Amino acid sequence: MNIVLITILSLAFLGVLAGLILYFVAQKFKVFEDPRIDQVEAELPAANCGGCGFPGCRAFAEAMVKADDISELNCPVGGAETMKAAAAILGKTPSAAPNTVAVLKCNGTCENRPRITKYDGATSCTIASSLFGGETGCSYGCVGLGECVDACKFGAMYMDKETGLPVIIEDKCISCGACVKACPKNIIELRKQGPKNRRIYVACANKDKGAPAKKACATACIACCKCMNECSFGAIIVDKNLAAIDPVKCKMCRKCAPVCPTNAILEMNFPPKKIKVEETLTQETKEGDQK
Amino acid sequence: MNTLTISPSPHVHSGDSVKKNMYWVIIALLPALAASFFYFGIGAIIVTLTAVLSCVIFEFLISKYILKTEPTIGDGSAALTGLLLAFNLPTYLPIWIIIIGSLVAIGIAKMSFGGLGNNPFNPALVGRVFLLISFPVQMTMWPTPILSRFHYFGLTPEIIDATTGATPLAIMKEGVSSGIAHAELMHRLPSLTELFMGIKGGSAGESAAAALLLGVAILLYKRVITWHIPVSVVGSIIVFTGLLHLYDVESYAGPAFHLLTGGVMLGAFFMATDYVTSPMAPKGMIIFGVGVGVITILIRVFGSFPEGISFAILIMNGFTPLIDKYIRPKRFGEVNKPIKA
Amino acid sequence: MLKTFSLGGIHPAENKLSAGKKIVILPIPEQVSVPLAQHIGAPAEALVNKGDVVKVGQLIAASAGFVSSNIHSPVSGKVLKIDDVVDASGYKHRAIIIKTEGDEWDESIDRSPELIQHINTVPHQIVEKLKEAGIVGLGGAAFPSHVKLSLPPGKICDILVINGVECEPYLTSDHQLMMEKSEEIVVGIRILMKALKVEKAVIGIENNKLDAIEKMTALLAEHPEIRVQALKVQYPQGGEKQLIDACIGRQIPSGKLPIEVGAVVQNVGTAFAVYEAVQKNKPLFERVVTVTGKSVKNPSNFLARIGTPMSFLIDAAGGLPTDTSKIIGGGPMMGKALQSAEVPITKGSSGILIMPEELANRKPMQNCIRCAKCVSVCPMGLSPYLLMLATSKTIWDRAEEEKIMDCIECGSCNFTCPSSRPLLDYIRLGKGKVGQIMRSRTK
Repeated sequence: MNIVLITILSLAFLGVLAGLILYFVAQKFKVFEDPRIDQVEAELPAANCGGCGFPGCRAFAEAMVKADDISELNCPVGGAETMKAAAAILGKTPSAAPNTVAVLKCNGTCENRPRITKYDGATSCTIASSLFGGETGCSYGCVGLGECVDACKFGAMYMDKETGLPVIIEDKCISCGACVKACPKNIIELRKQGPKNRRIYVACANKDKGAPAKKACATACIACCKCMNECSFGAIIVDKNLAAIDPVKCKMCRKCAPVCPTNAILEMNFPPKKIKVEETLTQETKEGDQK
Repeated sequence: MNTLTISPSPHVHSGDSVKKNMYWVIIALLPALAASFFYFGIGAIIVTLTAVLSCVIFEFLISKYILKTEPTIGDGSAALTGLLLAFNLPTYLPIWIIIIGSLVAIGIAKMSFGGLGNNPFNPALVGRVFLLISFPVQMTMWPTPILSRFHYFGLTPEIIDATTGATPLAIMKEGVSSGIAHAELMHRLPSLTELFMGIKGGSAGESAAAALLLGVAILLYKRVITWHIPVSVVGSIIVFTGLLHLYDVESYAGPAFHLLTGGVMLGAFFMATDYVTSPMAPKGMIIFGVGVGVITILIRVFGSFPEGISFAILIMNGFTPLIDKYIRPKRFGEVNKPIKA
Repeated sequence: MLKTFSLGGIHPAENKLSAGKKIVILPIPEQVSVPLAQHIGAPAEALVNKGDVVKVGQLIAASAGFVSSNIHSPVSGKVLKIDDVVDASGYKHRAIIIKTEGDEWDESIDRSPELIQHINTVPHQIVEKLKEAGIVGLGGAAFPSHVKLSLPPGKICDILVINGVECEPYLTSDHQLMMEKSEEIVVGIRILMKALKVEKAVIGIENNKLDAIEKMTALLAEHPEIRVQALKVQYPQGGEKQLIDACIGRQIPSGKLPIEVGAVVQNVGTAFAVYEAVQKNKPLFERVVTVTGKSVKNPSNFLARIGTPMSFLIDAAGGLPTDTSKIIGGGPMMGKALQSAEVPITKGSSGILIMPEELANRKPMQNCIRCAKCVSVCPMGLSPYLLMLATSKTIWDRAEEEKIMDCIECGSCNFTCPSSRPLLDYIRLGKGKVGQIMRSRTK
């Protein structure tokens, strides 16, 4: 009985002693931290994806507290609302960056872009593209080994086995940019989400001249400039044999897509046009809808 | 013409495969299997078959239904684990215990880490040590060679009494601790020739040093293993026990006795050389081997168990990542000869 | 006792199918496409325009920088266009496409067959000459020779090592060249020695080319300063570092060049090209190319003009076999798989290897079983398994610490791996990334 008592008492004493030591040490070495960092961090999505350019949400919160002007800072995951809430805590003006979403600037499906060689090496887009242009005649388009899908931490991408291309699930995509960094061909772009999620963009990255581009892929941009001439807002520029639509200038008039001879311009999430739209195009739009 | 294949260089391969390596180890174990059949008869066959089959079946079931991956039993690694496990068991061991050992070896020591290549500890040894701790009585009931050939089923206490005996190491340990004179002890132990040929009590595979030497010769010839681990284990045992023997001839047995008894040969040649659980750099392999040798003798001479190689290998398995981290292969250009101008 | 390098190494099946086949002078194709980037360094700048008429040996593209090389027309005819064509890199690059008309050589080239032994050019003129003639290393890497011969200040070279190893399986172009042009090679070596101002030279030849060893030894009886070193057959002995180690027993420290140990390495093919450039005033526009493969009808050694499409050479060797699944530019260990047979021959093309279907594909990858075979064969003493792991997990600092940049990409690890893991694929990727990181740090 006595032993039990001594044990309990001595352990209790040790516990109290250790607690006291810890208390004094904690007091002594206390580091002052701006409490707002915690508050801001609580507003952030805690995804730690690095999409903002900082190593994790905490670092981003620190940066926000530190910076006088936070218009350059943006959390792509949380979007405008999160930024507004975080900025409210700090009494600063949030960035006006529009919400973006990742889009694939390539429509070289197995059908559109016939395979002329076979890759047999490590399953990595970077390794494959350091070795050669790709299995098809187009050395700019998607390699199709899914490095972007592996890089996506939000399950917003998957490889479509039929097309051989990655598909971006718009609802899940938080536009962190991990896929953009992962892609060795640089064909994923963070594009303005657009009103009602509607977007028009050139789904091609081929900088070859018209003839070889067309030979390699049925939906390649052949730089015929028809879209540029059609656009009344000067939103389309053809540079290095490739057309690009400026999302800021684009008014979504949808005049460019029908004139494209190769259907390289994609319209996302638009209601189907009353005028007959070429079959492949509607198919693509539907696929986009299905997610 | 076919579609051209594009792949990074090199475009040729040696033709070596996991399967080939595993099967060569199994082939190298066949002489020892034959020897164990000769000494222990029916028991050896039953123990071996049970262990091999249950290991293969467990691996198949686990990879197919739990891990949901393509079963890789074809590569022979599960069969090899089963064979090595069987070689570490006494041949009177009941089938159900062997099955438990196989489950531990494959299920816990191997598949739970992700299958072949990912296990930190040698699966067969984990299975064996688990059984040794869980079933100490059955696991130390060593049938006497030749006498026990026709006994496995329907063992009566009389048969067991008549056909089991202690291993030479156990006799030694017992003798030394109860203070029996060295000469007297030597008289009770089998002669070195008998030990070399395997006429002694012990587990199925560790009996015949001659058969195991033949096996390791095959492995070295086929370059399945390199000399580093076997030589360093055996070498360190010789040096360590030699020193002890020179220090006190009465209480410490000589190197030959230690090498030929217990599982030193099996362990040094087939268990310590396991690819997955041993270091990668040659220097690291030697450190690993010396560690195994020294710990084995420490356990044998100063510990409470008569045999220690299984524990020694498992302990050194634990050190393998550390050895790999600090011991790197000799790099080109590190030793620079001065230019003769 | 035959010498070899100290660490690792493998011995792949030699398959020297075209050994002993006389060098055949290939007819001139109707059209050639001469890539502007045939060498290491900056691509050359085209000097001709569409419609220009050129002669054989005329300068058509000029070196664009110190590490770059001149390019001369391999044929006479008219420049059709300057366009992008797929080259051995698998991407499209600029090339000058010339339509052949006749075979009119530049007058300054000495086309007589006689051997000119006497060297009356002074060292700096030699280097200048090689630069003009567009000589690059013909062993495969195509490093401009004049750069190699221009020693960095403060470095002393005391020995020239000539690479006659040809350790790549299948290839025989260097071997055949040593057999047929041995006298010219010796003169070429003497020119190189003069340019480097060295007193000693050693030719490393592997023991599977006994006839070449005998021939060179006999020829060198009157040149005691040049020595033939017979070497044990071991891949990758043709690597600069391994060759120097094998021939003269000096190891180049990590990240350093051969000159660090006082040696310069040149290929026998380069020595021959040097002879032609200096003694015959002939720029580099043709080279010996081996066309080989188990299914090829007549494995042969051809003397082909640069820019000739590979299909032209393959046809000359009996046509493309129907079961072809892979065409490799170079040898099987370090060569590049090509996208089509239309890729042109460049200065660095030592061979064309055709692989039938059963040899073309890799085996499926399995788990690493930590067998340590990659470690034991690595000629640089690295841990390929660890480098692959670090790369695939993008742990670049560890990869750098483990000396990923020392890798010579010989492929011994891939060759030997029982689990058929793509070790070198990842190591190459890692080298690229770590190299980038290291460069950005020094900036």
